[in-house]
Amino acid sequence: MPERAHAGLARLRRRPEIWLLLVILLVGGVFGVTARGFLTLPNVIDLLETYSVQAIIAMGLFVVLVSGGIDISFAATASVAQYCAALLASRVGLPVPLVIAAGLGVGVALGCLNALLIHYFRITSIIATIAMMSVSFSLLMYFSEGRSVYDLPDWWTSRVVFLRAELASGDIVRITLPIVLMAVVALVTWALMTRTSLGRQLYAMGGNPEAARRIGIGTGRLTFFAYGYLGLLAAVGGMVQAHRVGESVPNAMVGTELAILSAAVLGGASLTGGIGTVPGVLLGIVLLAILQNGLNLLGVSPYFFQIVIGITILVSTSITVLSSRRGRRLRQLGGAPAHG
Amino acid sequence: MADLSPSRDRARSDFRRSLVRLSGGHPGLTGLLAALVLIFALMVPNFLSAGTLNAFMYQLPLLGLLSLAMVVPLLTGGLNLAIIATANQSALLMVWIMRTLLSPEAGASTTLAVIALALAAGLVLCIAIGFLTGALVAYTGVHPILVTLGTKSLIDGISIYLTRGMALSGVPEIFSDAANATLLGVPAIFLLLVVVAVCVGVVLKHTPFGVACTMIGSNIDAVRYSAIDTRRVLVGVYTMSSVTCFFAALVMLATFNSASADYAQSYLLVTILAAVLGGVDPFGGFGTVTGLMIALAILQVISSGLNQFGVSTYLTVAIWGGTLILVVVAQSARGTLPPFLARLRR
Repeated sequence: MPERAHAGLARLRRRPEIWLLLVILLVGGVFGVTARGFLTLPNVIDLLETYSVQAIIAMGLFVVLVSGGIDISFAATASVAQYCAALLASRVGLPVPLVIAAGLGVGVALGCLNALLIHYFRITSIIATIAMMSVSFSLLMYFSEGRSVYDLPDWWTSRVVFLRAELASGDIVRITLPIVLMAVVALVTWALMTRTSLGRQLYAMGGNPEAARRIGIGTGRLTFFAYGYLGLLAAVGGMVQAHRVGESVPNAMVGTELAILSAAVLGGASLTGGIGTVPGVLLGIVLLAILQNGLNLLGVSPYFFQIVIGITILVSTSITVLSSRRGRRLRQLGGAPAHG
Repeated sequence: MADLSPSRDRARSDFRRSLVRLSGGHPGLTGLLAALVLIFALMVPNFLSAGTLNAFMYQLPLLGLLSLAMVVPLLTGGLNLAIIATANQSALLMVWIMRTLLSPEAGASTTLAVIALALAAGLVLCIAIGFLTGALVAYTGVHPILVTLGTKSLIDGISIYLTRGMALSGVPEIFSDAANATLLGVPAIFLLLVVVAVCVGVVLKHTPFGVACTMIGSNIDAVRYSAIDTRRVLVGVYTMSSVTCFFAALVMLATFNSASADYAQSYLLVTILAAVLGGVDPFGGFGTVTGLMIALAILQVISSGLNQFGVSTYLTVAIWGGTLILVVVAQSARGTLPPFLARLRR
């Protein structure tokens, strides 16, 4: 019995998420003691809503990372989809389903354009998506002239509350649409990646594209799926972001690329593909979220926050890599699965 | 006959391969540059004037030096996302030293001494940053994108925290006079770019270190088994990239006359774009400084030409991105089209 427990512990130790969870518990505990109002339900719910957009897009990025690619253009995709949908809703006055379908369609189309460049023209994914980012975002700024759309229709900006509860302290807690969407997207992505053959094929392709191709996996189809899925979720994220702030600002999402990428990688998604889990990526976002929120509540200057993010990325990635190095040989010989 | 045709086939494929390599390299890019200059000369009046050339020589150095700083790690298959943060912090440190140590009535010799001290401090800072980055990349084995994402965030954070996001001004006149001087009509900052580019090119092409860099980009394990200390080479790579940032910091001081944590931030991805346009393989192993310089000239010609048309800068960036996609698509089509056509003919 103790031997089995030991083996279980060893397998747990080899999963990078465990380290992340320990760090989160540690940081959360420190903030819970030092920052007033950190470990309260309203604050936690508020955090969930604030980071819902990042989490939704990170799920899509996670699929692309697992497939062995990388995408820098998702923030531009989200902005373009959001702005197109906003124009259709406020200037043309299309009905609700058409606006949503158009927004999602723009996202998927931009994602598939990335896949086209990467699969058929063999452009490295980071280069193709950097180029696509400059093209689509610059065209958006050129045609919109940087003007925001303030007159979004009511159905878009009005709050959707699924659950409302009043706490003993008198605070009101609301489970709103962004939180529910985030949960749905995370669940769907998790099921897709672990419970369908499509997901397993994506892991296989990320692990070794040539081997995957030789056992008959259609890598082109998978590439289109991965980037199209990220485009779709970027569009969802963009429209949720407009829902939260009540307007569409063309450059509101710019600059979130590296934050979302670092969250995904903090959560153990490998930049070389084939490795990563949905819970891990969510934990990565949680870590960045509680760091920012906790420091805020402690009254630390927001200027200081970037220093903390930098140190966090450096320390946690180094620990993850150094700790997994010992178990790597074992894992390659068929030990614990790298994902699941 | 039967034993002749394979060798003829091989000769033909060798010829085709060398043709592909030739057209994928500089001749294609030079042709594109010449075509662009010709088109703009025909369509924009006064494009071929001293004014355009002058603007060209003043605008190119900053992007050029930052791209050089990006190319060195790119050759090894890495990336340095912290180049602009490094350059900004070095510039901030230099301005801070100059303005705290210099009083307006200081004599010429004191001023020169302080400037020398400031330059030395900026250089030391860059070397330290590069050394640390390189050590992290080499000894932890974490992907360079992540390491430099972390260092970029850290360096930017420190700069912003210390300056509260404000710009620092107070560059002494002697410095800005010297930096904005011209030699035979060529601005000093352009000469700086040329000198640094030649140095980087020579180091990469004609020293054991440079050869080790490109070999690491091709296959790091093979290089390690060939008894080359890859870790030391990697530390050197990021130090060299950082030192190039020091020269970019000098150009920033010369052009903006001040320093700030958020100057030139939008150039970060453009440097990668320029490098890839210049034929640098983003996976490492291949690329030359000459190709990079031609690519930079292409980007700058597009920008100056469109600028005189009165086109917005946003559209210019979109066209830059489009140019990159077209060039890379053309390169990959050249590789796949001839076999494809041959199959059709058969």
